[in-house]
Amino acid sequence: MLSNHAANQRIIRKDPLLLRALLIGFTFLFLGFMVVGPTLNVLYQAFYLGWDVFAAALMRPDVHSAFRVTLIAAFFAVAFNMTFGLAAAWAIARFHFRGKALLTALIDLPFSVSPIIAGLIFVLLFGTYGYFGPFLKDTLGLQIIFALPGIILATMFVTFPFVARELIPVMEALGPEEEEASRTLGASAWQMFWYITLPNIKWGLLYGVLLCNARAVGEFGAVNVVSGRIPGKTETLPVSIERIYEGLSEEAAASAFAVATLLVAMALVTLVLKTFLEWKTLNDLKASQKEAAKDAA
Amino acid sequence: MGAKVYRALPGFRLSLGFALMYMSLLVLIPLAGCVIKASSMTWDDFWITVTDEHAVAAYKLSFSVALIAGLINAVFGLLAAWVLVRYDFPGRKLLDGLVDLPLALPTAVAGLTFRTLFISDGWYGKYLGFLEPEGSVGHWFGPHGWFGRNVATLDVRAHDGPFAIVLVLVFVGIPFVIRSLQPVLAEFEAELEEAAAILGASRWQTFRHVILPALLPAWLTGFALAYARGLGEYGSVIFVASNIPGETQIPPLIIVKQLQQFKYEQAAAIAIVLLFFSLLTLLFINLLERWSRRYDPAR
Amino acid sequence: MFRSILTAGVLTILGSVVGCSPKTSEHELLNVSYDPTRELYAAINPAFVKDQASKGKQVSVNTVHGGSGAQAGSVINGQKADVVTLALGGDIDAIARTGIINPDWQKRLESNSSPYTSTIVFVVRDGNPKNIRDWDDLVRDDVKVITPDPKTSGGARWNFLAAWGYVTLHKKKGDNEATEFVTRLYQNVLKLDTGARGSTDTFIKGKQGDVFLSWENEAFLVKKLSKEKLQIVYPSVSILAEPPVAVVDRVVDEKKTRALAEAYLQFLYTDAAQEIIAAHGYRPINAEIRKKHAKAEADIPLFTLKDVVGSWDQANERFFADRAIFDQIYRKKGS
Repeated sequence: MLSNHAANQRIIRKDPLLLRALLIGFTFLFLGFMVVGPTLNVLYQAFYLGWDVFAAALMRPDVHSAFRVTLIAAFFAVAFNMTFGLAAAWAIARFHFRGKALLTALIDLPFSVSPIIAGLIFVLLFGTYGYFGPFLKDTLGLQIIFALPGIILATMFVTFPFVARELIPVMEALGPEEEEASRTLGASAWQMFWYITLPNIKWGLLYGVLLCNARAVGEFGAVNVVSGRIPGKTETLPVSIERIYEGLSEEAAASAFAVATLLVAMALVTLVLKTFLEWKTLNDLKASQKEAAKDAA
Repeated sequence: MGAKVYRALPGFRLSLGFALMYMSLLVLIPLAGCVIKASSMTWDDFWITVTDEHAVAAYKLSFSVALIAGLINAVFGLLAAWVLVRYDFPGRKLLDGLVDLPLALPTAVAGLTFRTLFISDGWYGKYLGFLEPEGSVGHWFGPHGWFGRNVATLDVRAHDGPFAIVLVLVFVGIPFVIRSLQPVLAEFEAELEEAAAILGASRWQTFRHVILPALLPAWLTGFALAYARGLGEYGSVIFVASNIPGETQIPPLIIVKQLQQFKYEQAAAIAIVLLFFSLLTLLFINLLERWSRRYDPAR
Repeated sequence: MFRSILTAGVLTILGSVVGCSPKTSEHELLNVSYDPTRELYAAINPAFVKDQASKGKQVSVNTVHGGSGAQAGSVINGQKADVVTLALGGDIDAIARTGIINPDWQKRLESNSSPYTSTIVFVVRDGNPKNIRDWDDLVRDDVKVITPDPKTSGGARWNFLAAWGYVTLHKKKGDNEATEFVTRLYQNVLKLDTGARGSTDTFIKGKQGDVFLSWENEAFLVKKLSKEKLQIVYPSVSILAEPPVAVVDRVVDEKKTRALAEAYLQFLYTDAAQEIIAAHGYRPINAEIRKKHAKAEADIPLFTLKDVVGSWDQANERFFADRAIFDQIYRKKGS
């Protein structure tokens, strides 16, 4: 998903001024109404009752706890799905095997499945009457749903495809030549991965991690089903936002939106990092192209 | 990519093994559990549950709102991608960055902000009174208006009704069409356009016969992705829909209701239907992507 | 540099995982409750903690709120609730059927284990512009109603039963008339939120609908806390809603919190708690305290669940199960 603006603007490709103005206007209106407006509205609602209410909402201990739970769930989701993404991309982009197409399609499944289903399946598995729940509880004393592990699992499920989806095309585009060369020159598998593969895919990998993290931090539907929603214990930020919003006092909505600004802030940081990564990738690509051109000459 | 096998490269078994194991543990086994749960019902019970009038209405609603939102995104996405790639104007970089915001913004926050935007004294709702049943436009589509009497009654409110769901789905789907189109548009070869122009094609003809066919695969993929995203969306819809059975109730809510009546088999049954449709959509997208690579010499 | 930051991050997060893994302590209670009791238990819990502190015990109480049915479901599926305080007995019955709560739960505490009762009333906008006085006004063509979905909200089931009882018990009509009445009523409903709080939000912040069918206690709090001026209308007759409480036997035995959990529920019956209950718009079962807080207009005849349909099992089967009467309402409309 690179926005490559390398194409030069030639006279012949220029649209008439009026059309250009019209289209630019439309785009501004569309993105303004649909993206900028709703985002600004979060900030407006958050500060609607002034700075004090905003600050008080962010100082609540239950919000801090929700923040921590969210970060933990996101950390595990990113760590596991990153490892999976690397493994899956390596297998899919570097080898041919039967069922590859099916595997690729299955990786995407959690993307289009409703998060409620993600919640449901973990209740069916780990609930008191689930397939594994009683066993885990009786033998290991492990509580999965209505506790942190359930939140982590649900988050992992919904963010499952993100890293793999980003890495597969990147690895396919890079091709295996450098890695093969390193092996011929006697590099161990680990050396090859650490010195050739990883540096080549690092920006793509980071980009996938970023998307995975953004989705993990914001997951609501699945976590709502399995978390138990105990304030200060098993709540994530989106779940606590809903709870705070449903309070009756006048500050309820403003406080909820104040907590939501935390998530908006994270989203904006994600966007900035993402833009930076794209710029980096583009630069790397250009640099390697230049080198290739030099070598050819 | 040819049928070459890179035997020189290590880690095939390890990587594939880990990927398969992890996917089985996290995705396949849990989903299989869902199927097993539903299979404890008799076929008749299963069929009655999944073809229940409200369930069918919910699938239809989900498909149609996702479709409409996908189409809106297809049109505006093409427009926005065109503008962002081809024109240079102040604020372009910023606008381009904002396109990804819906990916990064949690859906529950999106739902809440849309809920407050479109209520009668919200930022947008204030100016949309004409869409209400009592408003000038809303009246046309109501049971007493011209459209309502002669064509079909439509709920055009920007909150609570099906259009409210379309609006949030447009929001969550924005990045997909734009991001699919941008690279294709950027790499589109100017020579082709020049050739068309030299051969006497008008701007519109060039667009229609030269540019559009080249964009089509990416455009369709973007649309399909936005559509798939809309099908599965829950967090934001739940805050804006009025949840009337048969009208504005989305399928995940039926699952929630079955769960609350302690009917896990029925919940699993509905879930399987949704899974099936998701798989179909994904398969379609995969086919589309393969079809679009058909002419691509790079692959 | 990058690596050290990463290591530090990993350590912090792992540390906090360990730090926040759920420790069950015998001094800690989890009360799983329904939607509109948020403010009530936010006031009762500190009072209980203080009461225990005066007896030399350090305890803490957490409360989770949500749709009554969903909450019962979470307890059935393993949420470690020491006590449940739900909107309707049917939901606790559902938990009891799985053996987690003893079947005799309703007999263990006074007044069918309901330390407070409530009823269903109408909330209307200032000045009652649509002149809504009684149940019959809710089925008028020009009236838009806000109520949650009986499938997901306990309060909404009471709403439905109150409307049904109005026709069958008060007007002494048959089931056909009652079905027609509730059908017309629910066709006037603009939005079926999943919980009572969602409906409150739709009516107050969303400014939708002319009348909000609500718990009396929720109406009381909304009127008190809302910026908008609101009026509470008491219909000619309504239902006696009895939200029950119970100790979750299997959990308290496992966590060894039985004594504390029982003390918590007993505390609800003390004068101190009954005062808090009254102050939050519920009807305390303590006759004296109720009299002290009673308002004249609230003194309307109330029928009970038993009068309307017999039991929750029967109510669920007749009205709220799949393809039962409530589902039929929206079916007729479509086809």
